[in-house]
Amino acid sequence: MLANIGYGALVLTFLLTLYAVIAASYGLYRKNAAWVESARNAAVLTFPMLTLAVVSIVALLLSNQFGIEYVSSVTSREMPLYLKITALWGGQAGSLVFWSWLMSGFAFVLLGRPWKRDREFLPWVLIVTMVTLAFFVGLNVFVENPFARLWALADGHIIKAMFRPHGAIPYVPPDGQGLNPLLRHPGMIAHPPMLYLGFVAFVIPYAFAMAALVTGRTDARWITLTRRWALAAWLFLSLGLLLGMRWSYDVLGWGGYWGWDPVEVSALMPWLSGTAFLHSVMIQEKEGLLKHWNMILIITTYALVIFGTFLTRSGVLSSVHAFAQSAIGPLFFTFIGITFTISLAVLMYRWNDLKSDLRIESLLSREALFAFNNMIFMGILVICFWGVIFPVISELVTGQKVTVGPPFFEKATGPLFALMLLLMGIAPLSAWGYASAKRLGRLLAVPFGISVLVAVGVYAIGIHKWGALLGFWLSAFVAAVILDEFVRGVRARMRRGESLPVAFMRLLERDRRRYGGYIVHLGIVLMAIGIVGTHFFATETQATIAKGQSISLDGYTMTYDGLQEWRTNDGRDVARAIISVYKDGKKVAVLHPRRDFYFDSQQPMTIPGVRSTWEDDFYVILVDWQKISEEGATFKVFHKPLVSWIWTGGLVLILGTLIAAWPEAAPEKRKKRVRRTRRAVARA
Amino acid sequence: MSGRLRFIIGGVLIAGAVVYLIFTATKASAQYFLTVNELLARKSELVGKNVRISGAVIGDTIKYDPQKLVLSFTIANVPGSNKEIEAEGGLEKVLHEAVIDPNRKHLKVVYHGPRPDMLKNEAQAIITGHLGEDGVFYADELLLKCPSHYEDAVPDQVEGGKK
Repeated sequence: MLANIGYGALVLTFLLTLYAVIAASYGLYRKNAAWVESARNAAVLTFPMLTLAVVSIVALLLSNQFGIEYVSSVTSREMPLYLKITALWGGQAGSLVFWSWLMSGFAFVLLGRPWKRDREFLPWVLIVTMVTLAFFVGLNVFVENPFARLWALADGHIIKAMFRPHGAIPYVPPDGQGLNPLLRHPGMIAHPPMLYLGFVAFVIPYAFAMAALVTGRTDARWITLTRRWALAAWLFLSLGLLLGMRWSYDVLGWGGYWGWDPVEVSALMPWLSGTAFLHSVMIQEKEGLLKHWNMILIITTYALVIFGTFLTRSGVLSSVHAFAQSAIGPLFFTFIGITFTISLAVLMYRWNDLKSDLRIESLLSREALFAFNNMIFMGILVICFWGVIFPVISELVTGQKVTVGPPFFEKATGPLFALMLLLMGIAPLSAWGYASAKRLGRLLAVPFGISVLVAVGVYAIGIHKWGALLGFWLSAFVAAVILDEFVRGVRARMRRGESLPVAFMRLLERDRRRYGGYIVHLGIVLMAIGIVGTHFFATETQATIAKGQSISLDGYTMTYDGLQEWRTNDGRDVARAIISVYKDGKKVAVLHPRRDFYFDSQQPMTIPGVRSTWEDDFYVILVDWQKISEEGATFKVFHKPLVSWIWTGGLVLILGTLIAAWPEAAPEKRKKRVRRTRRAVARA
Repeated sequence: MSGRLRFIIGGVLIAGAVVYLIFTATKASAQYFLTVNELLARKSELVGKNVRISGAVIGDTIKYDPQKLVLSFTIANVPGSNKEIEAEGGLEKVLHEAVIDPNRKHLKVVYHGPRPDMLKNEAQAIITGHLGEDGVFYADELLLKCPSHYEDAVPDQVEGGKK
């Protein structure tokens, strides 16, 4: 019953999206606002409809309706309540519904209130968002139906189908297969929704970009309107990536946080193009430049978002056996191909209208440095894309599958990341329009001096790897530039009689976008320090020791004090080692690395014991153990310098984004500024 | 020199650098991705070379010495192309048949490190390493997938021990 309601809601949503697209198109053709209005109503309605579908799935999950194929594939009886709810995005069909639901929610927010201004965008925004939604809901209706039931055929085969096949009887397994134990972690619960929020939110700026192109409004209005959407998308995507990294570090038991596998890279790619987009739209807003480039960036980001959704949820994954392993693969590629081609065609059609008479005047101007930063982002993107599709290309060209692993990504992107840090240091001090090397040099002198001192200091304490020195020097340089900016801003206000905290707050308030951006950069610097630390100085060892014996690594000593084993009431056996950690002879921590063995999936889950400080992490994995009588156990131990800087940097980055995206205190002032820029553009 | 020209030169330099980086990094880290049959057919040419192979894990052969952290198991050949796998009834079925069929080519794999959580019978193993003179495959990295049990929601490195 519930399944029928949910499926009905999906079908109706699909029809609504089709209707919205047709009505909006017809309204455009007939120049009839009533049709567009009707399309808008249909688009708004998709949200309550999909909410109904989502509620139906969750209700089925919660009530253990294992006769529904999706329910039995992602839950089991002993799973706790919150995991049953989050199983909504635990499998492919459910996560596609979840994606659509977010999309319709954003459409609801965007289209639910009356549009008094910019009405010429409305029909096109409707068409773009609803075509996207129609594709995803269509996948659910026709291919990946989360409400399909299990049926036993007369010949004993079990199949899945929405409606009763001839002669079949309903099949209800006694229990579900359960969610993969590795996914039963807080980081994994929040990670997919964050990533999806980021993915979906990027559809909105894309819709406006298309609307601007089609209607021929080539000013920066579409950018102003969607700035906050783009920032929100970027924020969620960043959060999603960070949570994924943290989960990997906490759960996967290999001591790392980023493995450059295709799934990770596919989530990173829209982040890269989105970051480039966030930077280069500023140039269009301020100077009226790079209009083509911004269009290319947002079109690319949209394509990568769809590609990313596909890769993260389709079973393509590791095996190179995989492209298009799932039924939805070809559909995704077709959709990406069609939308990408149409987008580029529209862009070509408007190419001349987007031309600006303005030129970038100076190689050291802010806009020039931003443009270079953009190229570097795109360079990294191209490298990532190459790494993901190389196996496919190589097979097509040579008939031989050849893959590239993490070393490829590290080697190829490393120098570009370093270059980006350098630009990140220089750009904030360069001026818009025309910048002289002399003035820039004068401004850079102090931060440069400080960073050299830091690098010398780092060398003095015994760090002689040149890659690490370069990384630390660049980080210090960027940090010094940003702090210098803050100090100068605060000082200027303090001279006017403001106290330090007031001056600081006002400074942030006056130009949230700029100072929020600086804080984001500071977060990136902190992360860079952490990445350099772990990349160059991580060590590991492994050994089997008896109770009372110890393992030493990089100034740490761990002693194996004992082992506890017990059975939980949610279906697993737990083995937990007790470890004392000593540093310089002093006991600093007691850790409990464990292994949980889940019966339902016959799979163990390794949970490390970690002592984390700002200086380094001491990370212990319980690999194996003997029966109590022998009292020996095997451990793998990692020493990870500076890894916690990555997480701190992530928090700083999020804080900075929030500051930059927060609504301005005085909206009138902003509007005036925008209008002035636009006049300047029009004049030019 | 005009500003525009200098700007274009800057852009070309960056593009050139990207192409150079891709080219050298690909050359340095590219690995053949082979089936067991393909590897054994080109044995003499590939011994000692860093390659990536895939096969089906035969559960009875898994041996683990937790004292020395030495893991060994045997994999059976599974077809490499997606089309063949689909034609033979999907990955789960292909893996199952590969394991029970005694006529398949087998390859012994040795790995030093923790035993991966997902190493079990009829799992698909994707292994990076090299073939030794002794005909044993020495693995540096193991990735494991169990197609039957879960939908693929887990990133790669979950599925094995990464060194």
